[in-house]
Amino acid sequence: MSNKLLRILLADDDEDDRLFFKEALEAIKIKTIVTTVNDGIELMEYLLLPNALLPDVIFLDLNMPRKDGMQCLEEIRNNDALKELTVAIYSTSGAERDIEETFIKGANVYIKKPNDFSALKKVVEDALKINWQYHISGTNKDSFMLSI
Amino acid sequence: MNILIKYDISLTCKAILQEQLQKLDIGYSIIGLNEIEFTKLLSTEQLEQLKSNFEKYGIEIIDNQKAALVQKIRDTIIEMVWKDDVLPNVTTSAYLAEKLNHSYGYLSNLFSEITYTTIENFIIFQKIERAKQMTISENFTLTEISYQLNYSSVAHLSNQFKKTTGLTPSAFQRIIKKKRENRAAL
Repeated sequence: MSNKLLRILLADDDEDDRLFFKEALEAIKIKTIVTTVNDGIELMEYLLLPNALLPDVIFLDLNMPRKDGMQCLEEIRNNDALKELTVAIYSTSGAERDIEETFIKGANVYIKKPNDFSALKKVVEDALKINWQYHISGTNKDSFMLSI
Repeated sequence: MNILIKYDISLTCKAILQEQLQKLDIGYSIIGLNEIEFTKLLSTEQLEQLKSNFEKYGIEIIDNQKAALVQKIRDTIIEMVWKDDVLPNVTTSAYLAEKLNHSYGYLSNLFSEITYTTIENFIIFQKIERAKQMTISENFTLTEISYQLNYSSVAHLSNQFKKTTGLTPSAFQRIIKKKRENRAAL
């Protein structure tokens, strides 16, 4: 119930974006430990390790080489060990069709990548807060959809 | 005859913890030496069971009074929002203060201090969750939902829904429908 360290996993192929994101996490009130992977293949390998320490929230870039975010999302939702994980899509696209498509495929949060630091901090914090509210109330995450 | 033994106390404790925790059949991980994280919330009975199982090994669950009160605040809010068809028509601050026998100011500060949210936001979160469930069931109009959840108007409900989820109630309904069809097709 009390404030605990949240484990965050970020999958993004852009090094600058990863750095920017990590800085934002360090600057918010919620305390986190961040692990980053560079693409979808690495993400799935990480999640499927036999003793994987599963994250509280995955931030998933849609556009990645080798395996994109949408494929990862589908694999996560079709895997019994992973399907309850909170997945936040993190994308440059703000097109309504993309947003709906990811929710239909099981995303919990859709974040349109903001350009400035304070906006990024805010959306990341909002996403983690809502996730946390689901966690403490034990509410079914099926209806967990947040577009920011 | 005598034999001498030596043991690694932290390893011993960990083995005992694991043995007892596995009986619960709930996913857990042991963090460091003195914290256990569960993948689900434990029921009061499970917690009591664990307490008594631990007791014979001299392991004690530290009851944090503040945390316990925060859990009561959470439970009271959830009950208030979900229990009856129509939400009680009272100010929530008075409702919580009376149920929990503390001033609202105290409860509100405590909740903000221990959790990542405020009482107000947690109530909004629960109300919107209930609005979502009602939307999904398709048996209620927005007018009925706003009446049952004590919103002054449909516009007020729609605004709060949009603000909390980023989606309009109708977009939410459309998406959840497709999501279910999608899953059924698998």
